[in-house]
Amino acid sequence: MSGTFRKPSTRAVMLDRRTALLGAGGLVGAAALGVRPARGAALSVEKDELKFGFIKLTDMAPLAVAKELGYFEEEGLFVTLEAQANWKVLLDRVITGELDGAHMLAGQPLAATIGFGTKAHIVTPFSMDLNGNGITVSNEIWNLMKPHIPKGPDGKPQHPIGAAALKPAIEKLRADGKPFKMGMVFPVSTHNYELRYWLAAGGINPGFYSPSDVTGTIKAEALLSVTPPPQMPATLEAGTIHGYCVGEPWNQAAVFKGIGVPVITDYQIWKNNPEKVFGITAAFAQKNPNTVLALTKALIRAAMWLDENDNANRVKAVEMLSKPEYVGADKAVIANSMTGTFEFEKGDKRAIPDFNVFFRHFATYPYYSDAVWYLTQMRRWGQIAEGRDDAWYADAARKVYRPDLYLKAAKLLVEEGKAKKADFPWDSDGYRTPTPAADIIDGVVYDGRKPNAYIDGLAIGLKGRQRVDGANIIGG
Amino acid sequence: MALVSDTLQDDGGEMRRARRERFFQRLNRANGTLSVFGLGFLVPLARMAAGDNVKAQARELWQQLVVPLIGIAVFLAAWAWLAPQVKTSLGAIPGPMQVWAQASNLHADHKAERVKEQAFYDRQDVRNRKLVADGRADQVKHRTYTGKPTYVDQILTSLKTVALGFVIATLIAVPAGIACGLSQTMSGALNPLIQIFKPVSPLAWLPIVTMIVSAVYIEPYDWMPKSLLISAVTVTLCSLWPTLINTSLGVASIDKDLLNVGRVLQLPTRRTITKLILPSSLPLIFTGLRLSLGVGWMVLIAAEMLAQNPGLGKFVWDEFQNGSSQSLAKIMVAVLTIGVIGFLLDRLMYALQSAFTYSAHR
Repeated sequence: MSGTFRKPSTRAVMLDRRTALLGAGGLVGAAALGVRPARGAALSVEKDELKFGFIKLTDMAPLAVAKELGYFEEEGLFVTLEAQANWKVLLDRVITGELDGAHMLAGQPLAATIGFGTKAHIVTPFSMDLNGNGITVSNEIWNLMKPHIPKGPDGKPQHPIGAAALKPAIEKLRADGKPFKMGMVFPVSTHNYELRYWLAAGGINPGFYSPSDVTGTIKAEALLSVTPPPQMPATLEAGTIHGYCVGEPWNQAAVFKGIGVPVITDYQIWKNNPEKVFGITAAFAQKNPNTVLALTKALIRAAMWLDENDNANRVKAVEMLSKPEYVGADKAVIANSMTGTFEFEKGDKRAIPDFNVFFRHFATYPYYSDAVWYLTQMRRWGQIAEGRDDAWYADAARKVYRPDLYLKAAKLLVEEGKAKKADFPWDSDGYRTPTPAADIIDGVVYDGRKPNAYIDGLAIGLKGRQRVDGANIIGG
Repeated sequence: MALVSDTLQDDGGEMRRARRERFFQRLNRANGTLSVFGLGFLVPLARMAAGDNVKAQARELWQQLVVPLIGIAVFLAAWAWLAPQVKTSLGAIPGPMQVWAQASNLHADHKAERVKEQAFYDRQDVRNRKLVADGRADQVKHRTYTGKPTYVDQILTSLKTVALGFVIATLIAVPAGIACGLSQTMSGALNPLIQIFKPVSPLAWLPIVTMIVSAVYIEPYDWMPKSLLISAVTVTLCSLWPTLINTSLGVASIDKDLLNVGRVLQLPTRRTITKLILPSSLPLIFTGLRLSLGVGWMVLIAAEMLAQNPGLGKFVWDEFQNGSSQSLAKIMVAVLTIGVIGFLLDRLMYALQSAFTYSAHR
């Protein structure tokens, strides 16, 4: 289990001290916000008709749940949810104000704020989930990989499967004069970084970005390109790509359609890695402080519901998500990952209870350390062209991730009796305890407080002051 | 064509005979109107009922009604037989029965959503009554339903979008076309532009239109969201060319004698346009409008797919993204809907066109 991730005992002690403090500060804070502390009273929201965007992935679940179970309405919010064509459209529409907020890739608010791609200041008061992605390869590649994967006593492939097993397949393709191509969903997506992490951990160079070449394929042994999540299976089937990294249900869809085999989940790459966030523009957050609190409250309640009683509500959640206006895929496909199992090769179904985590392990708290990890990966692959000092990483994370807003919302929920005090990390300084080596596939310890030391410790990637110039890496 | 059969030999029938004659004359006139709406087959049926030569009318009916029906039946049979033989990753291609099932599904869905909508308004009423009871009547708010658009809503949005785009196109194309038709210089100046922009696909216009509309239309009205305007403008850009070209052709080919008469009478330019040019070029203008509406409806679907305008195009795209076992059948429902609506729109324009085309009938 992932209990190794944090130390619950020390946290509980700190929590008691902190809650006493909060109790005293609670009324003052509430009064300053113009909120009456009365039980269950909805905040006086500045904007009550909201439109949120999402991409058809199971991790949009908190949004669907908050709407379907009436959590938004209880907070005085009238929310329309609208599926978006792709991540770029989604981000642009949040920036122009057509959408008030959206289910976003964690890298999107960060990249937008530091100015990689479209520049805009976006903040996040709420992380949406942990884990939930997988890497799938086509049947052809799987057959080339399989002989190189050690088998367990039950005759099934031993997990986790490293990218080293992929090397022979890449060489075979190269001998045939064909490049090895994989799909990911967006240049600053978790999937891009996870896929790169996995490939690099197996000794395959996934390529670098440079200011003049943003295709991300400089020196690449595997060419990664962008495909919107729902189109992944179709693109794989068409033979345009040999594999992909994407969120659910699109890995399970490949198994059901018999067109590919998932080889690893991101839970196996990095146990309980941070995933999507809920993004709003900084201007919106400033103009509508109560609205932000209200929507964060509703989303926290939805996340709690999703993980309640050991995932007891997941079956109902699958029912909701399979509606055509949300994810819309078949129930069986969605259920596979949402209910704690994951099917690899057809028939090879394994239990991964934490494949989709919505609330446990403080999943919804927007940790600065999560933001810093994304920034380190942007630096590692050249999206951040120049080396930066540790303080820069901390500053960028603080600009985007807003645990202060999150805790305000959480406090209101606790006061209203809708959540338990113990469910929130009141005392956190925003950094998770360093990830132990055992929890990550290449065993490199991640400490969000020391981004540069971490970057220098990774096998493939830019280090120190290195830059990409043309097709070469210079400096250092 | 023999209107009245010769077998009619009733003695006291002079009056009745005259009445029948009038009836058939009326039928003959109605024939034109009915065939405009695709209902021409009703005429032989009426004639048969009135006692006209059955054999001749039956032949007519065969041509007008039975042959098209056979065509549809053959198509359905071929579809039902061939579809299950192609296996896609979403299962076999759905046949007519599955598509029909999904059409009923969408209808049921629409009704269920309306029930939810009612519940939403009921909750709102309760809230508002409570506010009034608490003496906070100033906080009473009436919000429109926030649920998903149903299939019917999506059809209506599409119709609204294409209508808006078409109206804008017409307002631009007709005056521009008249100017081109009247003036050699104007025509020479505009012609290259028309030739260059005419073949551009909606997908190429869309990003540009999106950027411009987002920059210019900053405070959207509730009744016209940005996405609707973006799709509508894209429709405009693709559909104004047939009207423009046909209008200018119609104006340019006006009988020169008419213009000379106008000159002799010293008609001012405005009256020349309204009294001479417009009436005589109307048939071609309407031909252009009809083509424009067809093009507009066609490109609308593509525009909606990417502009996120909640119409039929977005429905198709969302279903494609859903990738569920019902998606293909639902997309086929949409394809048929798009086709039927396109056909109806074309008939509507055809009706207008024949109503304004004097020469053909008189």
